[in-house]
Amino acid sequence: MGDQLRVKTMQQFMAEGKQPEILFWVGSAGSYDDRAKKISRAFVKLLNKANVDFAVLGQEESSTGDVAKRAGNEFLFQMQAMMNIELLNGYEVKRIVTCDPHSFNTLKNEYPSLGGIYDVVHHTQYLKELLDQGRLTLQGETYKGKRVTFHDPCYLGRANAVYEAPREVLAKTNADLVEMKRHKTTALCCGAGGAQMFKEPEKGDMDINVLRTKDALETNPDIIATGCPYCNTMMTDGIKAHEKEDSVAVLDVAELLANSI
Amino acid sequence: MEYLPNILFAIALLVGVGFFTHNVKKLSRNIKLGKDVDVSDNKPQRWKNMVQIALGQSKMVVRPVAGIMHIFVYVGFIIINIEVLEIILDGLLGTHRLFSSLGLVYNFLIGSFEILAFLVIVAVVVFWIRRNIIRLQRFIKPEMKGWPKKDGNLILYIEFVLMTLFLTMNAADFQLQQLGVGHYLEAGAFPISQYLVPLWSRLSESSLILVERTAWWLHILGILAFLNYLYFSKHLHILLAFPNTYYGKVKPKGQLNNLQSVTNEVKLMMDPNADPFAAPTTTDAAAVPEKFGASDVMDLNWVQLLNAYTCTECGRCTSECPANQTGKKLSPRKIMMDTRDRLEEVGKNMDANKGEFVPDGKQLLDDYISREELWACTTCNACVQACPVSIDPLSIIVEMRRYLVMEQSAAPMELNNMMSNIENNGAPWPYNQMDRLNWVNE
Repeated sequence: MGDQLRVKTMQQFMAEGKQPEILFWVGSAGSYDDRAKKISRAFVKLLNKANVDFAVLGQEESSTGDVAKRAGNEFLFQMQAMMNIELLNGYEVKRIVTCDPHSFNTLKNEYPSLGGIYDVVHHTQYLKELLDQGRLTLQGETYKGKRVTFHDPCYLGRANAVYEAPREVLAKTNADLVEMKRHKTTALCCGAGGAQMFKEPEKGDMDINVLRTKDALETNPDIIATGCPYCNTMMTDGIKAHEKEDSVAVLDVAELLANSI
Repeated sequence: MEYLPNILFAIALLVGVGFFTHNVKKLSRNIKLGKDVDVSDNKPQRWKNMVQIALGQSKMVVRPVAGIMHIFVYVGFIIINIEVLEIILDGLLGTHRLFSSLGLVYNFLIGSFEILAFLVIVAVVVFWIRRNIIRLQRFIKPEMKGWPKKDGNLILYIEFVLMTLFLTMNAADFQLQQLGVGHYLEAGAFPISQYLVPLWSRLSESSLILVERTAWWLHILGILAFLNYLYFSKHLHILLAFPNTYYGKVKPKGQLNNLQSVTNEVKLMMDPNADPFAAPTTTDAAAVPEKFGASDVMDLNWVQLLNAYTCTECGRCTSECPANQTGKKLSPRKIMMDTRDRLEEVGKNMDANKGEFVPDGKQLLDDYISREELWACTTCNACVQACPVSIDPLSIIVEMRRYLVMEQSAAPMELNNMMSNIENNGAPWPYNQMDRLNWVNE
């Protein structure tokens, strides 16, 4: 157990008759997956440090339905979406931040036509905002001179054309950013999207995450940075397949920043 | 009999254009078999996309070698059409080099056509080498066996022959001009074909005229034939790239459409005031319940069908596809080729049955696209990003997954587990919703 985090729920804000600056949509991975929980904690550590008045939905949060939609189950997606929208609208939520590009994409793009209209940002965008506003400052020593390569999550990059925010934020850690041969629009998927995370891959001659990790390892990195809990899992498994887990770490952008304050 | 060539030319033109028009009507009918979709939004962005992506070739040059070579052929195609206009008018009116009165401008035009024709030949040769000698990965994938491979090469041969005929015609004309024969007045500049002139050194005047006329006729007949070849080939992209980039997706790539039919049902289910036993209103009862997702081409929307006809099988999508790169069966290009092949089959079925489609016991799913392919997709949008003409193979994959899941409950078992977890406890894993905030204190 690390430092005590300060996390309030929407319910608590409501009881106090207040509105938070922003809602942190934790997502299912960020809530339950052991590795992703650390990302949630790192992000909250940064929010606390910057004194952001944020809320979470806590036990009221439910899957966005994104993965069901990608799997083809539009019914389940819309059921989840409408339940969540009812909740979010009830709390008069205006702005949402999330560490999960899949939640980011579906909340930002697919909820509006169902009645859920919010200003949705990815945590790398929000962290950039906090840094730009001077609400958050980094000491910039921890990763000085370390080689860091950023793997673009498909649902942040190609899906929503957010390429710069994570890079700009990473640059503030004073790490040496190195690009993989395929990056930004041509970045290779980690293999988890489209509900692949929850099933065995189809027959082939290699796993996608192993191929993508190979791209990353070619840059000879100390750290592979990601901005997605699913990419994180896939890349972590990938470096194990390449037997590099002792020399290369896979970290979320939020974790790199949380270690730099 | 003086007008015989004019008459023959008019007939050739009429037949060529007429047959093409006939096939275009069929093409348009087939595309309209798709469901309606609202594409009336974002007009300025759509025009911009068409200008940048189709006219400006912006996505072609992402791969510089193929991109620049393609620009040669593309610019050649567009510009040389000015020459085709002159040829058509000459053919109909019995004139020779009608536009030559433009003087210097004409010389400049003919000169640039020649250079372009030469560049087209260079590009076509490079393309042929890439396909047949270097055998680039994306040109030798399983879906490229047979007709698609032959089609690709045939197009290159035709373009090579057409350009050669054009230069031959000019070379003979140039020599005749030099000799001051009949109506061959000095007109045009021949920066390329002048080097072919030595070929004619032993030819008599009449043989030269024969060469010039033959090349002229074969060139224009070849163009008319090529125009009609388009419909039977992957080469339709030279026309359809323009509407396709206009109607292509203008929303963020990650955004999938929300099915309105599902929204209606979900709203009813969640409305506490709705009476689940209420008799359907008369209009509802008469309506055929809408099928969820797509199992055949008629279930797709017309833009998706236009996509299929626009695909020129370049394979950039497939070469960027993570599933394909790791040896899975999925190839986004094959999704488009299958959609077109099935649509053509449905169209032929209609032609044979007085315009009505008679069920043939086949469909796009399983008979063309396998479930294994559909489930291998990571929805990463690499294919959509890679397509130089804004085709969206992913939308078809998702539409077919929807059919499998919502009409057939035929998702892979692990996905069914994932979905029942979401239904039961609001997360894809079997954890208690009450534990959602435990991470704070761990």
